[in-house]
Amino acid sequence: MSTAPPSSPAGVLTQQDIDREIAAARKAYQAEGVPRQHPARDYPPYRSSTLRHPTRALVSLRDPEAAELRGPVFGATDVTDLDADLTRQHHGEPLGERITVTGRVLDRAGRPVAGQLLEIWQANASGRYAHQRDQHRAPLDPNFTGSGRCLTAADGSYSFTTIKPGPYPWRNHDNAWRPAHIHFSLFGTAFTQRLVTQMYFPGDPLFRYDPILQSVTDSAARERLVAAYEHDLSRSEWSLGYRWDIVLDGPAATLTEEEH
Amino acid sequence: MAQQLPTPEHPLTPAQTIGPFFGYALPHPAGGDIAPVGHPDAVTVHGTVLDGAGQPVPDAVVETWQAAPDGSLDGAPGSLPRNGVDGGPRPRNGVDFTGFGRACTDAAGHWSVRTLPPPADRPYLAVCVFARGLTHHLFTRAYLTDPGPGDLLLDDLDAARRDTLIARRQPDGTHRFDIRLQGEKETVFLDFPEQ
Repeated sequence: MSTAPPSSPAGVLTQQDIDREIAAARKAYQAEGVPRQHPARDYPPYRSSTLRHPTRALVSLRDPEAAELRGPVFGATDVTDLDADLTRQHHGEPLGERITVTGRVLDRAGRPVAGQLLEIWQANASGRYAHQRDQHRAPLDPNFTGSGRCLTAADGSYSFTTIKPGPYPWRNHDNAWRPAHIHFSLFGTAFTQRLVTQMYFPGDPLFRYDPILQSVTDSAARERLVAAYEHDLSRSEWSLGYRWDIVLDGPAATLTEEEH
Repeated sequence: MAQQLPTPEHPLTPAQTIGPFFGYALPHPAGGDIAPVGHPDAVTVHGTVLDGAGQPVPDAVVETWQAAPDGSLDGAPGSLPRNGVDGGPRPRNGVDFTGFGRACTDAAGHWSVRTLPPPADRPYLAVCVFARGLTHHLFTRAYLTDPGPGDLLLDDLDAARRDTLIARRQPDGTHRFDIRLQGEKETVFLDFPEQ
C-alpha cells in the first residue's frame, strides 16, 4: 500500500491505526530473529508505555551473592481461608458465570514453587473494576470486589473460585476494548522471579485488537497467557473449570546443604 | 550434585502490565512498615517515581527486598498480613523483620518504606517497580551507603549512571531514592541472567 488511510478526525487513533502498529511491531520482531518471550517495554501501540520505559539497555548483573537470588517468604498470616473464593466475600452471590481457575506455579526447571503468595484481581462480570478511576458505564456489583490471594501448595498448585470477568473499554485509542482477563501477581523463591501478568480466556475475539496482549510479540509466548477450558474441572450444576500453569523466569540461589 | 544436571527448560510465562486498577488488591497499609515497631535503628527510604517527561507516576508499585542487618536472607512471613474477620489488612506483628516491603505511589508519585539498614556487604535494597504503561517490571537497587570500589554492579558504571543507584541522605535523616523510568538521569535498571 502506498498511503495509509487517514486517521479519524482530530487525530484520534483508530483501531486500524493500532492494528498497523501491532503488525509492524510483530514484523520487526520476526525480522530481528532474536527470541524474546517477555513483552518489549517500548511498545508504541500501548500508548501509556511511551514515557514509561527506559531507553538505556538494562545492566546485566551476574552476582552469586546478590540479595535478589533470595526473596520474601509468606505464610499463614498473609492469607485467610476465604481469600481464594472471590464469590464469598460479601453477603450475597455475585452476578456472572461462576468459574474455577486452577494450575501450578513452576520454575524454569519445572520444580514446583511451594508456599508462595499468589494474588489476583479482576473486573466484575459486567467489565467494571471496583475502582473509582474506572468510570465505564457498566454496573458495579455489591457482591463482588474482585481481589483474592492464596499460598501455593507443596506441589506448586493453586485454585481460585471467582466469576468470569467481562471485557471492558479503555482509552488507548478509539473503540479500544480489553479482552476478559484476570491479573496475577506471583513470588518465586528468588526476587528475580517476581512476576505480574494477566490470564486470558480461550477463544476471545478481542485478542488480535488488544495492544497489551499483543505486546508479547512472540506468538508461542502469547499463547501461554491463555488458560485452557478443562471440562473435568467443571462441576455439575455449579462452575466451569479453567487450567492455567505459570512458569516463573529468572535465576534463584541454589541452596547448599548447610543452608537447608 | 545430581540436581545440577541439565533439566529440560520449561517455557516461561510472559509478564504483562500491572495496569491502573490494582489499587484494591495489592496495596497494604503496613506494606512499607518493614522495621519492627519502635526499633531504634529504623530508617526511612523514600522517593518519587518519574516518567520520561519528568512527571510523577501516581500508579506505580515499588517493592523492596533486602538482607537483614545480621546478613540473613531468610526473610520471615507476615509482610502483608490479613485479619480473619473480613479478610482485610491488619498491622504487621511488630516484631519480625521480613525483609520485604510494598509501597504504592501516591497522587504525587511518592513512595516510602521504613526499614532497618542492610548489612555492609549488601548495603542496598533490591527494588522492583511496576506501573501502568510498563509492560514488564523493572529491577534496580537503592544503595543506602556508598560501598566504594569492589561492588560488582557499581564498579561497571560511569559516575553519572552510578549516581542513580545511591540514595541521598537528607537533612532530616531520611534516604531519598527517586526512580526515573526514562530521560536524562534515567535510573540504572538491572537484568539477572541465569548464573
